[in-house]
Amino acid sequence: MTMPNTQHMSETSQRPPVTRVGVIGWLRANLFNTWYNSLLTILILWLFYKAIPPFVDWAILDAVWGNVESTVCRQTDGACWAFLYEKANLILFGLYPFEEQWRPTIAMIIFVSLVALSCHPKAWRKSLIFAWVIGVPAIAILMWGGILGLSYVPNTRWGGLPLTLLLSGLGLMFGFPIGVFLALGRRSNMPTIRTICITYIELIRGVPLITILFMASVMFPLFLPTGLTIDKLLRAQIGLIMFASAYLAEAVRGGLQSLPSGQYEAADSLGLSYWKKMRLIILPQALRISIPALVNSFISFFKDTSLVIIIGLFDLMGATKAALTDAAWRGFYKEAYLFTAIIYFVFCFFMSKYSQYLEQRLYTGTRR
Amino acid sequence: MSTAKNQTPASSSDPIIEIKDLNKWFGDFQVLRDINMTVASGEKIVVCGPSGSGKSTLIRCINALEEHQKGSIVVDGISLTNNLKNIDAVRREVGMVFQQFNLFPHLTVLENLTLAPIWVRKVPKKEAEETAMYYLDRVKIPEQADKYPGQLSGGQQQRVAIARSLCMKPKIMLFDEPTSALDPEMIKEVLDVMTQLAEEGMTMLVVTHEMGFARTVANRIVFMDYGDIVEQNDPERFFNNPESDRLKLFLGQILHH
Repeated sequence: MTMPNTQHMSETSQRPPVTRVGVIGWLRANLFNTWYNSLLTILILWLFYKAIPPFVDWAILDAVWGNVESTVCRQTDGACWAFLYEKANLILFGLYPFEEQWRPTIAMIIFVSLVALSCHPKAWRKSLIFAWVIGVPAIAILMWGGILGLSYVPNTRWGGLPLTLLLSGLGLMFGFPIGVFLALGRRSNMPTIRTICITYIELIRGVPLITILFMASVMFPLFLPTGLTIDKLLRAQIGLIMFASAYLAEAVRGGLQSLPSGQYEAADSLGLSYWKKMRLIILPQALRISIPALVNSFISFFKDTSLVIIIGLFDLMGATKAALTDAAWRGFYKEAYLFTAIIYFVFCFFMSKYSQYLEQRLYTGTRR
Repeated sequence: MSTAKNQTPASSSDPIIEIKDLNKWFGDFQVLRDINMTVASGEKIVVCGPSGSGKSTLIRCINALEEHQKGSIVVDGISLTNNLKNIDAVRREVGMVFQQFNLFPHLTVLENLTLAPIWVRKVPKKEAEETAMYYLDRVKIPEQADKYPGQLSGGQQQRVAIARSLCMKPKIMLFDEPTSALDPEMIKEVLDVMTQLAEEGMTMLVVTHEMGFARTVANRIVFMDYGDIVEQNDPERFFNNPESDRLKLFLGQILHH
């Protein structure tokens, strides 16, 4: 019995009919293949027609550009981009001293570069750790100052995008490893460890983030001995790390549970110890499976940091609200929130795209 | 790379596995009942029996993938207790091949083979890779070294799994229905590798339904039913003069269809 070889088969295969390819083919196949799809296509085109021209009028044609007084803006129906000209610094950097704002700008560039570098699988080498070891103190020096001729800026004046990046970045960087250990602990054979992990995860997940932040801010200091105080920003950061770790633990647990038991048995039968088994065999696979759930948590967490406003920290969202309290510029909500929304969207979009890339990259063919 | 040290004659009488009064339960269900068995170094044993007879559980107890509740197992002089050190020591000496291959899908074939030698035996990476290539050559797929398991056929995957175990230079090899998940045309390539391994003197315990393999390779065939060893004998007498009715019935069902 001989099989026809594939080359022969491809020679005799035919091209699809012309009506199935090209622009017309694509339109027919995707937009007008059934009567209800045709109806939807027309409906959506009509909505575009209704929505896009007015938006272009507002955002571009009727808009007020450049550095002008708010009174000019009030005379037109269009967008007042002068508002951003006036307030973008406040939104982006909060109460950080204006003349020193180049410092958080550079700090953010360093931070974003480090994260971008870490995203590259090719950069996953020892030198990456070196880059972080240099980068993190550099960021701290830039933000705080007080040495090298930089004026001291207390962290109570930090705000805007740097604060959002700091809270969410550190929250995820510390929350993720803690989450991995919690997920492993939850599946441990040791009852004490399992109970501790389950209790922690369920407690943290069972309360809203606002409550955790509020407790970190208001209740926690009450338990400290008098004289000892912990910085408000640090308390908020710890609260956020605790919150992130509980959610990420559950995402990782999903990955751990979806691995067939054969993987554990094969690792055991080769004599790998528990930690080597987890590090080399189980976690690399479990984390890959968890990527969609992890990134889902990452994205919500990034946006959830905006809740720190209730304990008086002015992150990107808080600073946006603060910018709108200026009596002269009150009422330009659309411009302010569109600006902030675009910033949030850019970060979330890249997280989402990166997760898709990583999933593809780590895919190694059909699984057994 | 010499294989001479493995060339122990099958008649050698020093026991490498000693199982005494072994009992195991899954919950209230007893899967193994007072199993007594001694395996000599270099011996090839085929374990067969109807499904649910406890044959897989028995060999999984030998490397502590299953915990036993009563009785004792001594492997290569090491007693299998709850002591994790002993369990790890035994697992280093005992290789296992699974029905579902259980290769690590996120690692290449070569990485699958070198992982345990590097991390458990502390072999230098280069040496581990040389050993790995030697065994890949032995199972006749050296050209697949850089592929991922998902890109291989079932038969190739199972041969990689055998090579992976051999890279740890085990004294004993356990096979848990190694051909049951394979397409018929791939069974032979795996059995050929196992036969070759047997000829080189490896101590082997094989759970299988391949009676042809049992007849030609095994020194002894063990028949289990309801967690008991019902009968064990050399292949000649096992197939031609079965003593118990249960074995007669079993052979009748699997040999004449």
